[in-house]
Amino acid sequence: MNAMDLNTIWFVLVCVLLTGYAVLDGFDLGTGPLLLLVKDDSERRVFLNAIGPIWNGNEVWLVTAGGALFAAFPYVYATVFSGFYDTFMLLLFALIFRATAIEFRSQRPSRLWRSAWDLAFAVSSLTSALLVGIAIGNLAWGIPLDANHEFQGTLLTLLNPYALCVGVTTVLLFVMHANLYLILKTEGALHARLLHWTKFTVPAYLVAFFSMNAATLLLSPHIATAIRNRAPVLVAIFVASIAVTLNILREIKHGHEGRAFVSSALSIITLMMLFGAAIFPNLVVSTPTLANSLNIYNGSATDKSLGFMFVVALIGMPIVLAYTVTIYYVFRGKVQLTDESY
Amino acid sequence: MYMTVELLSRIQFGVTTSFHFLFPPMTIGISVILVILQTLRVATGKAIYLDLSKFWTRVFGLIFAIGVATGIPLEFQFGTNWAQYARFVGDIFGSPLAIEGIYAFFLESGFLALLLFGWNKVGPRTHLFATCMVALGAHFSAIWIIVANSWMHTPAGYHLARQMKVAADGQLFPMTTDLGTAAFTVTEVALPADYVVQPTDLHHVRAVIDDFYLAILNPSTLDRLTHTVLACWITGAFVVVGVSAWWLLRGKHLEAARASIRIGIAVATVACLLQLVAADSTARGVAIHQPTKLAAIEGLSTTRTQAGLGVVGFVRWKYGDDGQIVGIEDHALRIPGMLSVLVSGKFLHLREAAQTEVKGLADLPSTEFLRTRHPGATDEELAQLRPSYWPNAPLVFQTYHLMIALGVTLTMLAVIGCTLLVRGRLDRTHSRFIRAFLAILVVSPVLAHLATQAGWFTAEFGRQPWIVYEVLKTVDAASTVVKPGQVMFSLALFFIIYLLLTYLFTTLFARMVSQGPIAGGGGHGVVEGWKPLSLRSDRQTKG
Repeated sequence: MNAMDLNTIWFVLVCVLLTGYAVLDGFDLGTGPLLLLVKDDSERRVFLNAIGPIWNGNEVWLVTAGGALFAAFPYVYATVFSGFYDTFMLLLFALIFRATAIEFRSQRPSRLWRSAWDLAFAVSSLTSALLVGIAIGNLAWGIPLDANHEFQGTLLTLLNPYALCVGVTTVLLFVMHANLYLILKTEGALHARLLHWTKFTVPAYLVAFFSMNAATLLLSPHIATAIRNRAPVLVAIFVASIAVTLNILREIKHGHEGRAFVSSALSIITLMMLFGAAIFPNLVVSTPTLANSLNIYNGSATDKSLGFMFVVALIGMPIVLAYTVTIYYVFRGKVQLTDESY
Repeated sequence: MYMTVELLSRIQFGVTTSFHFLFPPMTIGISVILVILQTLRVATGKAIYLDLSKFWTRVFGLIFAIGVATGIPLEFQFGTNWAQYARFVGDIFGSPLAIEGIYAFFLESGFLALLLFGWNKVGPRTHLFATCMVALGAHFSAIWIIVANSWMHTPAGYHLARQMKVAADGQLFPMTTDLGTAAFTVTEVALPADYVVQPTDLHHVRAVIDDFYLAILNPSTLDRLTHTVLACWITGAFVVVGVSAWWLLRGKHLEAARASIRIGIAVATVACLLQLVAADSTARGVAIHQPTKLAAIEGLSTTRTQAGLGVVGFVRWKYGDDGQIVGIEDHALRIPGMLSVLVSGKFLHLREAAQTEVKGLADLPSTEFLRTRHPGATDEELAQLRPSYWPNAPLVFQTYHLMIALGVTLTMLAVIGCTLLVRGRLDRTHSRFIRAFLAILVVSPVLAHLATQAGWFTAEFGRQPWIVYEVLKTVDAASTVVKPGQVMFSLALFFIIYLLLTYLFTTLFARMVSQGPIAGGGGHGVVEGWKPLSLRSDRQTKG
């Protein structure tokens, strides 16, 4: 294996796009369940408007990750999407519902109309987070593939306890992340309440994180192999992941809310790094027949295509980052409800 | 009828794409109008342009949100329902989709935030810049999706290659060979240019990129791109015209109505006139690169000179004694010789141009082509096989001619509107003629949508039975692991959700329109505390 061939670069790039999605859409998916914990309409509107200008752009990370996966690893794209048919369809419906809910909620003043859309928003956000987690969990755990890399299981294969565990961890992670994001966006009593919530959301995620890692270590043979092969890297990331998560509570205590949010983003990044380092160079692990796995070589596009798209990404991604940062800068600070708000 | 995964997936892709494609044409078209409005706002500083910009930005936001929500399923369906297709074309087809994400969606959604929520955060010039970026993003998106789609129609810049196992001694084996425990590597071997893809190949044979330039600028890209973008401008412009005409008829928001109908009619007229040229060029491209499609959409049964251009009527399948399709019956009113003239493109020498030969379905696809697919078949057998390579001619004849009829109607409406506008008569609503004309303009957005939908139906049904034209058949491209029940379930859910979206969108759109642009607020009949903030009067805007 070359140190940095195009296939490896694209493995990293797809992981970066997915991580970008998790860090950015993570807090607006997590806002869904939290929305139901506040009752007052103007408080709910503060939550929705905290993510209002940016949720759309955040979702683009998922679309782009999907496109990049198709372009760089078409066999993986084909196998995963057709194999996970029902779960991906549910994810699609959940994403459509979320977009619809946030857009339509504000269009009518009726109390019933608004609480119905709030419920739809919360449930579809929760479902999206859960399904994203379940998909990641299955990729880490492995799914049955045949010699043609076609999925051999059913929906029930995908809803195994391990994948559900990763799904729940993802939900808790996103809820924690949303909690910290909303702290940045709120003032007064609502702000105080959100600070109080971190006493629950951060520990809840930590418990799930430890359970998930314990389950991985004890139950997954191929990840255990990976851990033996590159123990230093994995242990370092694992320790870093715990450190940044614990740091959230420390920063909150010292009133450094911005740093707390950055720590939470780092929790997501380290978790994704842990996942990437554990499965590399595989993209879809096949269990029980490990030989049928799709990796960055047998699942990829040709070098020519990877090279071309690398240049495209090299030019495009800095531009994307530049205006993502600009937009977040323009909409920095606490939410002010105005006439353009949701 | 037995529902296969392929058929259900085609229905699902058709339903989701058609529904989605109601929205992007409006956003692409309205983005152009917004750029004009914001430029006028900056140049003249008139309040009416600010009010109109805000109004159409709100409309844009609503349409855009549904466009995004309904667009995500399209990108994922290549994987969920068309996995074999995704494997076969992934080396080429994935790239434009990824580029669309990186260069178009981020641009569009990022700056849309500024557009929708930045009225009191940035100044008018920055806001105009953001509007231009959103419009640019919307158009980039159209470019890359048309590039991808055009490659399916006129694939170029690629070769076919087969994956083979390489044993330790360098000998090549098919991927299906079991080499036991012996170590092997995998390599990709180029196939000859005339190789015919077999359904059994599909896990190991794929299209591999040779030249991105040729693949992106494949023979139909530029024609189809111009044609589609103009169709989007027309649709967006007629939405603006329709809404303004409604205001004029109802005697509401008159100042706004006069300002926006002027811009709408101007854009519609320019786009419609350009479309005459673009559509002609697109059709000639079809005649050159997809002659079977041309013969089907014009319902031309035999090869002939002085071929007539269909205007109205229908064509029917002609069945043989055994119930098989053998040809078509022509029941269309035609302009004699006009199809030959259009195909030749020599409008200055009509007599000579009418002698241009146009191939009919009886000779398409060519016997040479059929022979590559069915080696060893006799000419008679090939003639019997030929109809299985035809698209649904009776259907595409209708969609194609519906598109043309609507296109001509819209062009006439635009030109008449333009004339009335220049003479200053379009807002004289006491005249019965003007009222009737405005009433037609109110329904014109529906006509524009029908035309774009009919156009897509023609393009995509006309491509059948191929998913990659004359390379890969649609029937071989569906996912192999997906069951019909799964697709039926998702299809049913799509139906329900899209019905709900249609209902919500139309009611909200109607409310927005009847509310109209808000100048200084007030008078909404809603208790202040319950008003959505978009209706409150205490608004403040920079500039």
